[in-house]
Amino acid sequence: MPLNITDPIEGSFQLIGGNFAQAGEASTQLKIKLSALGVDELLIRRAAIATFEAEMNVIIYAAAGWLNYHITPNCITIRVEDMGPGIEDIEKAMQEGYSTAPEWVRELGWGAGMGLPNMKKNSDTFKIDSVVGEGTTVEMVINFP
Amino acid sequence: MTELRKKTSDSRQSFSGKNVKLKEISQLLEASIIVSPENIDDINIESACSADLMSDVLYYHSPNSLLITGLTQPHVIRTAEIAGIKAILFVLNKKPDSRTIELAQQQNIPLLSTQLCMYTAAGILYEAGVRSLRDY
Amino acid sequence: MKLKELVEALSLEAKTYKDGLQKEVTGAYASDLLSDVMANAKDGNIWITLQTHLNIVAVASLKGVIGIIIVGGRKIPEDVLKKAEEEKITVMTTSLHAFELAGRIYQLLNPNYS
Repeated sequence: MPLNITDPIEGSFQLIGGNFAQAGEASTQLKIKLSALGVDELLIRRAAIATFEAEMNVIIYAAAGWLNYHITPNCITIRVEDMGPGIEDIEKAMQEGYSTAPEWVRELGWGAGMGLPNMKKNSDTFKIDSVVGEGTTVEMVINFP
Repeated sequence: MTELRKKTSDSRQSFSGKNVKLKEISQLLEASIIVSPENIDDINIESACSADLMSDVLYYHSPNSLLITGLTQPHVIRTAEIAGIKAILFVLNKKPDSRTIELAQQQNIPLLSTQLCMYTAAGILYEAGVRSLRDY
Repeated sequence: MKLKELVEALSLEAKTYKDGLQKEVTGAYASDLLSDVMANAKDGNIWITLQTHLNIVAVASLKGVIGIIIVGGRKIPEDVLKKAEEEKITVMTTSLHAFELAGRIYQLLNPNYS
């Protein structure tokens, strides 16, 4: 099925720290949107997984954040910006299994140190920038073949 | 290499999982069905994944899998939906709350609950021919 | 069954406290939630998980769990290995998924099943 995209499509979601009930809403809506545009199922899954992990990170660690997506005929760009504690050592945070999440988060099934690696694994381009005490920005691009 | 070990490593290369009907799984594990979509009799499970850490479920992309977990919150349903999980089995007789049930109904994801622990449930399903995804 | 036999049958890699391989396995428990293991694991059990946080060692030690098998080929941090050695817990690794490993252990520990 050819992609049904002519003009760029944009959207955004506001994320609230600690609101686990909201977790995954942005990813689900993005998934529906991509599906309607005729994007390949595996690419949709990759975008949804990357978005979901990013949403979870804001909900777990930050006070609030914004998720923006931008869809063109060539790719989808997902940008997540948060007002959170920031990441001290990005290199360490990118390692599988490394996490600073507290016990209660692990008891909910998160904070196993796979979030950022999962986002990277599912993106074609992954950028992260963080300032301790201010927040973290993640930008992920998934190309359409 | 001992005989026992040889046998295990051989079988590791050759096996491929059996498709098992979700209904059959619920009988094997004496599981109650909490959310039962209309097509439940036709649902086939191609593989299983047991985990309480949701990023792990997301990491392996598990389409058409059964997720076996001890967690019952709504974000488990979201994870399943995003990872392409076909059905969820809660262990230790855990029952989800109404928000979880509602979300599962919306997403058409069957929910089952068994008294067994994750280890025993996995053991019985493995014995029945269900396998993990081969993507590791 | 001795832990050693199980390790050999499943090609697990024992990382810490190899003396523990002589111990008898009373059963297995699979979970990634520490509270669940605290409530339900039994003395002499082995624990199947992909959780590699330092606290797993303390939980295993408190519950008399003799060994922890980390699944999915997950790397184990040095501090966890060090603590496990001190607490005399045998930590093992495998590339298998939790489901697969649990299934195979179940068959080994219940040979008369089916």
